[in-house]
Amino acid sequence: MQHAHCRPNHPLPKTDGDKPMTDDLLLKITDVSKSFGSVRALRGVNFDLRRGEIHALAGENGAGKSTLMNIIDGILRPDSGEILIDGQAVTIASPTQAQQLGIGFVHQEIALCPDVSVAENVFMAATNVSRALVMDYGGLCAKAATTLGQLCDISPATLVRDLSISNQQLVEIAKALTLECRVLILDEPTAALTEKEAQILFGIMRKLADQGISIIYISHRMVEIFDNCDRVTVFRDGQHITTQEVADIGPDDVVNAMVGRVIDDLYPPKLDAADRSDDMILEVRNLTDDNRFHNVNFHLKRGEILGFAGLIGSGRSEIAKGVCRLECSVRGETFLNGALLTPRDYQDSIQAGVVYLSEDRKGDGIFLDMAISANVSALDLQRVSSPLGVLNSAQETQQAADLGRMLNLKCGCLSDPVSSLSGGNQQKVAIAKMLSINPKLIILDEPTRGVDVGAKCEIHRILRALAAQGVGIVVISSELPELIGLCDRVAVVREGRISGEVSGAKMTEENIMQLASVTDATAA
Amino acid sequence: MRNSTLTDTGTTQAGRTGAGQTGATPKQASAAAAQNIVLRLLRMRETGLIAIILALFIVMSFASPYFLTWVNMRAMVMAFAVEGIVVIGMTILLISGGIDLSVGSVTALAMVVAGWLFLAGVDPWLASAIAILVCTGVGAIMGFFVTRVGLHHFIVSLAVMVIARGICLLATGGRPLGLFTLPPEFKFIGQGSIGPVPLVIIIFLVTVVAFDFLLRKTTVFRKVFYTGSNERAAAYSGIRTKKVVFLTTTLCSALCGFAGIIYMARFGSAQPTFGIGMELNVIAAAVIGGASLSGGTGTIFGAILGVVLLSVVSSSLALLDVSVYWQDIIRGSILLAAVSIDHYLQKRRGRK
Repeated sequence: MQHAHCRPNHPLPKTDGDKPMTDDLLLKITDVSKSFGSVRALRGVNFDLRRGEIHALAGENGAGKSTLMNIIDGILRPDSGEILIDGQAVTIASPTQAQQLGIGFVHQEIALCPDVSVAENVFMAATNVSRALVMDYGGLCAKAATTLGQLCDISPATLVRDLSISNQQLVEIAKALTLECRVLILDEPTAALTEKEAQILFGIMRKLADQGISIIYISHRMVEIFDNCDRVTVFRDGQHITTQEVADIGPDDVVNAMVGRVIDDLYPPKLDAADRSDDMILEVRNLTDDNRFHNVNFHLKRGEILGFAGLIGSGRSEIAKGVCRLECSVRGETFLNGALLTPRDYQDSIQAGVVYLSEDRKGDGIFLDMAISANVSALDLQRVSSPLGVLNSAQETQQAADLGRMLNLKCGCLSDPVSSLSGGNQQKVAIAKMLSINPKLIILDEPTRGVDVGAKCEIHRILRALAAQGVGIVVISSELPELIGLCDRVAVVREGRISGEVSGAKMTEENIMQLASVTDATAA
Repeated sequence: MRNSTLTDTGTTQAGRTGAGQTGATPKQASAAAAQNIVLRLLRMRETGLIAIILALFIVMSFASPYFLTWVNMRAMVMAFAVEGIVVIGMTILLISGGIDLSVGSVTALAMVVAGWLFLAGVDPWLASAIAILVCTGVGAIMGFFVTRVGLHHFIVSLAVMVIARGICLLATGGRPLGLFTLPPEFKFIGQGSIGPVPLVIIIFLVTVVAFDFLLRKTTVFRKVFYTGSNERAAAYSGIRTKKVVFLTTTLCSALCGFAGIIYMARFGSAQPTFGIGMELNVIAAAVIGGASLSGGTGTIFGAILGVVLLSVVSSSLALLDVSVYWQDIIRGSILLAAVSIDHYLQKRRGRK
């Protein structure tokens, strides 16, 4: 079992789904149900995990994946049902007990102490279990270095605060590894990782699986599931839909099982050659902030959707914020529909009809505890108020209702807080906010991150419809299939400069990665 | 653009509570909306507070013959009316995500500045206007340190609390300034009444109604909610958040100045030690009334109910001859209980 397969950037060899392994169940969950008030989050689900397998768990937001994982990790208690570990029924009452049973959980949100060293963070959980009175810092650093060494070359003495988000994610994973777990749960671990780091992570996952550790891998990305996992289980509406060997099915089957209907086309049709126009919506010339990006030139024509690709940290988001004059001062010229734009700050930019949808929805996209209608109107309150600045609530509700209907927003009441909505619907509120000012240009940064397949598909259609109506659409995404499927043209950013543009048949993952990678031209 | 892609979906719509239903909703939805409003009313913090206050009233009217008398009610309202004006400023500041510990000192500063100027021969109305301006200036200085230097409200206002108090004591030598020569028309602000109602209470009610309207219905104050709810998201919505925080900080101090002048007119003196510990009462009232220390939530109406609750309790304890020392213990416990219950209810609601 000791193969050390670790070749980045290649689909990794899978463990054979041989007969002897089939019955070697480490974890078995039978008929588990869980309700929150009147909402039935899980309805009698079954799930099993073989020793040494990588088992993907897929489902839309709200399908019950997180609820089940929280039950396995002892954060939630099931209302009914049974959990067997090594054939023995167990009750998992707390995360500490889950640790003792050998269950490690890497949450999607990073939960590290920013002001202490990597080593101390890595051993936070282990320290909690240990009975020793005095901490042995030297030993700690050495042990942390060993664990981290498998993953990356982060010095254990660094403060977590000084690490990039992707490195913090790796520290989270190292933290789980120190517990000598038998079951490792990874909840969308690649959301914050670059392609290369993700490949390294997959290598490590396979190595761990070969050592007999079972991994539950939660992801929205079909490519990751099909390249790296052994089996896949699909949940929908709190129910177990199917569990299959990955070799036996295709990505479309999984997507269809997730949404419960056939999604014939994830992406809307692209712009027809006949509809192409030479009208320039946006032209950016020599945009520079002297720090994170330099001499950026690009343009957007009427009707097309422009994609922005690039590794995290390449400067793609900064360029977008620069165009909108958000949190930075820039030089260079921006022309909107042929007229020179000279906004002083983001407020001016909004007045001109140029808006930016943030990639960090909860951090700076929406007001979680405020009403849906108040979120939608935040960009320009003058639209829903009298000239004297008195708000007209009927008008505000109407605006939210109109945009909500257009975006197929599913909500109870428009005066409910946004926090009552699912991730996909929260994103629709954020998009409705952008649309409330009838924008001329929207730059969307990761518009479908953490959004389920159904909503994703809807958002893509909406963007295409807006583009057809003459609204400028620029989409930034880390997900290359999304850029290729949605956009008519993709500009690639590398180290703060546009390193190239691809369109038509040249729009392939290989070409984009080649333009995006810094020195490693062999990335593809 | 919007109407072109409209499709009918299950989106229900209902008006905002408090604004009243404005016939825009479809017929079948209006019954559900009405039910919704009842549910919402029941869930609102204000409803619970009113219930507690009413219960206290009923119990106390049996426990003490003096409680439900015109004299006692008048005294009670007089006791919290001026402090209520400070609570308004504090609530707005809390909503924007700030806090101000200097309210007591700044209120005293207004009295001392106006009193000192008056004794130096300045017209009392002019002296009062200058004093309110000085307090506004103090707020602006705090706003500067918070938004430009980047310090936390807590620290800045703690420092200003001590400095303002020091100035009061320095200017007066620690002794109250007797202002017996204040003209009667000035004293009327604090001591007069229109019909049976003291002017102080009228000023208080007008301020409450005005700020309640401003906070709920105007775009300027809506930005205060956005900023306090999520400052980054507000900035990413084109709101100049530093300006908002600067203004709420300044407004709070200005209202303290206004309250200080009313106190001076009422007492006919300027007391340099006035308002010590006031900040705790004021913050407690705002928080009991639903303002969150992390910003983004709070209402004027709720905060005023918080003030009412605290002073009904104080008045009751006094009538029941409970020791003053006990009163603090009980007030603190009420604060803890109110906030805990609310936190628990919110968590339960959030889980649902």
